[in-house]
Amino acid sequence: MKGMQLSSAANIVENEAGHLANSKIPFVDLRKRTNPGEILIQVFLFICGAFSILTTICIVYELGKEALLFFRSPEVRLVDFFTGTQWQPKIMEFGIWPLVTSTVITSFIAMSIALPLGLSVAIYLSEYATMKSRSLIKPILEVLAGIPTVVYGYWALTFMTPLLRSILGRDVVEIYNMAAGGIVMGILILPLVTSMSEDALSAVPRDLREGAYALGATKMEVAVKIVVPAALSGISAAFIVGISRAIGETMIAALAIGAGPNLTFNPFRGAETMTGHIVRISGGDLSYDSIDYNSLFAIGLLLFFMTLTLNIISQRIVKRFREVYE
Amino acid sequence: MNPPPFSEAADSFASNNLPRRKKLATLWQIVFQVSTIIGIIALSALLYNIINQSFGYVAIENKIDPQSLAVDGVPIEQLGKEELVLILEENVSKGKLRQLGREKPFEERSQEEMYGLVIDEVVEPQIVKTWLLSESLIQRDQIQAEMAEEYPQAELVFRSWVNKNFISSPQSSKPLFAGIRTAILGSLWTIAITILFAFPLAVGAAIYLEEYARDNWFNRLIQTNINNLAGVPSIIYGMLGLAMFVRLLEPLTSGSVFGLVDPTTANGRTILSAGLTLMLLVLPLVIINAQEAIRAVPNSLRQASLGIGATKWQTIWAHVLPNSVSGILTGTILAISRAIGETAPLVVVGASTFITFDPSSPFSKFTTLPIQIYQWTARPQDEFRNIAGAAILVLLFLLLSLNAGAILLRNRFGR
Repeated sequence: MKGMQLSSAANIVENEAGHLANSKIPFVDLRKRTNPGEILIQVFLFICGAFSILTTICIVYELGKEALLFFRSPEVRLVDFFTGTQWQPKIMEFGIWPLVTSTVITSFIAMSIALPLGLSVAIYLSEYATMKSRSLIKPILEVLAGIPTVVYGYWALTFMTPLLRSILGRDVVEIYNMAAGGIVMGILILPLVTSMSEDALSAVPRDLREGAYALGATKMEVAVKIVVPAALSGISAAFIVGISRAIGETMIAALAIGAGPNLTFNPFRGAETMTGHIVRISGGDLSYDSIDYNSLFAIGLLLFFMTLTLNIISQRIVKRFREVYE
Repeated sequence: MNPPPFSEAADSFASNNLPRRKKLATLWQIVFQVSTIIGIIALSALLYNIINQSFGYVAIENKIDPQSLAVDGVPIEQLGKEELVLILEENVSKGKLRQLGREKPFEERSQEEMYGLVIDEVVEPQIVKTWLLSESLIQRDQIQAEMAEEYPQAELVFRSWVNKNFISSPQSSKPLFAGIRTAILGSLWTIAITILFAFPLAVGAAIYLEEYARDNWFNRLIQTNINNLAGVPSIIYGMLGLAMFVRLLEPLTSGSVFGLVDPTTANGRTILSAGLTLMLLVLPLVIINAQEAIRAVPNSLRQASLGIGATKWQTIWAHVLPNSVSGILTGTILAISRAIGETAPLVVVGASTFITFDPSSPFSKFTTLPIQIYQWTARPQDEFRNIAGAAILVLLFLLLSLNAGAILLRNRFGR
């Protein structure tokens, strides 16, 4: 039907054109044709693109479903989950605090290593370093960034813990402790913070630097008083992404921080982070319909929302930052 | 957030405490340089620690001296198969013999295999103590003195924990014989499945987002979503894999749909589940990299192609893709090297703690190199730390060669 209409329309156009141009020019139909093959390909590509949405939906659905089962079970009360100070699945105590505090403490230690170090390295690279030292330091950071986390976990356990114990004494530092894990986690995050901060620093317009130099500022004053404040939003985005990475970091936590939830604020004692707990429990023989299994998903859901919130905040900051300078 | 106003800045710069400012500047420069050096020290300490663990002296004690087993002065490694069987029958209990025979009848085993059995079951070498490389090099005399005093029967050997046997033999509960063959094969199978699914999906998504997607809310949602997925902790993907692939799609991932496994004993904790989980993990990374590569293709190429009458897909297939392929491949390799080192999601998906047979299909149980490292590190004995260190060296070598490949590719095709 449609084809016929089109061809008759084409005839009319041709006739009119013929009247106008004495039908010397051969007629070519230039309207867009729909090729079924092309449409098929486009549909396939669209499915590929939409697959990521599906993944997110699946994550939220699966974590949410199992977490709901957990909160619905008679042994668990939502209030206890968020206020309880004991996590002992064996005696049906499900208070999230011991897991959260150790996660926060290790992330705090990690960030207090990664932020000053990472920022200093970034300032050095973007403001001070010559081409030669840049081309030496950049690959080193890339290698550090490419080392699998399980290797860092091994390093924390076989190097950092003995080091801390020999410096501070064996009575002070336990074999599994949050400090060693946190420090190594900081070194793990260092390349990430460095490269994100360096991007932010080098995005600062040259005029600002030249202006300050013209007023007689030293190199350090330009770096610390002009460039860093101007790139502050990008640096804070790097900081937040770093925190999110530290919270989600698993293998260092599983190997070096400990294997038992423990509500303590002493960084030299062992504890268990949220991620470490998930790995330890799911690494053993776990039956699918137990409350242990469901509780992991409740922790996972909390972890997912914590990191998602941090990531979204950092993206917002970066977006605002871009608007300022474009 | 904004730089201080000029008047204020000018005031602080113009104040005449120049020597102090110069001093401060030097101080800060030193701080920045020291931080950078700390980063370099960290990397060196990491490598030093691993190498320190992977080589060094070990004291090995034999349960039975192999020389006492020699028949008529012929050492056991030169004996024939039949004589080795005799030695085995003399020294091993009947039950153990039957068990060994059931694994593989003696008649089918070669002389080499029999020799290995005699060493394993009769001689039974055991590690009594290990030393680090640094100790082995510096305190050699001390070690020898300690040996003579505490383990007079033991033999002191300098051992490289990374060796041919370590790479080619399967897992074992004895650190002296343990190897990473199963783990390497498991890693390769898993990664193959990851690439097989992730590559087409990611390139498709990147083409869609860069070439077809209009600027509407849904496509913006896809883009934001991909950026967010890249920041999700890997363990969350492990939990998704556990819930989706291991449990929900168990008939598919265990292979029982294809009649390969008995449905009643089917278990979804297979290579296929692991590969698919890693696929979800690397997908956002590969997509973002591929998008950048496609975006770098100059628009004039597309317009020239469209201008001579090619369709959109013809343009993409004949011009955009060939011009961005090196970028896409480099990004893929980098994402894959991340997947190879990934441990946490696979522990959650359910890697086997102990398997000695090679994986034979996507429906086999699995272990991978990082998981092997994790399990060995988690054990308290020193010897397992040594083999974990050796396994790390192999893993780092693998990753380094992959990255070198990516750099070569970039230099070769990059314009």
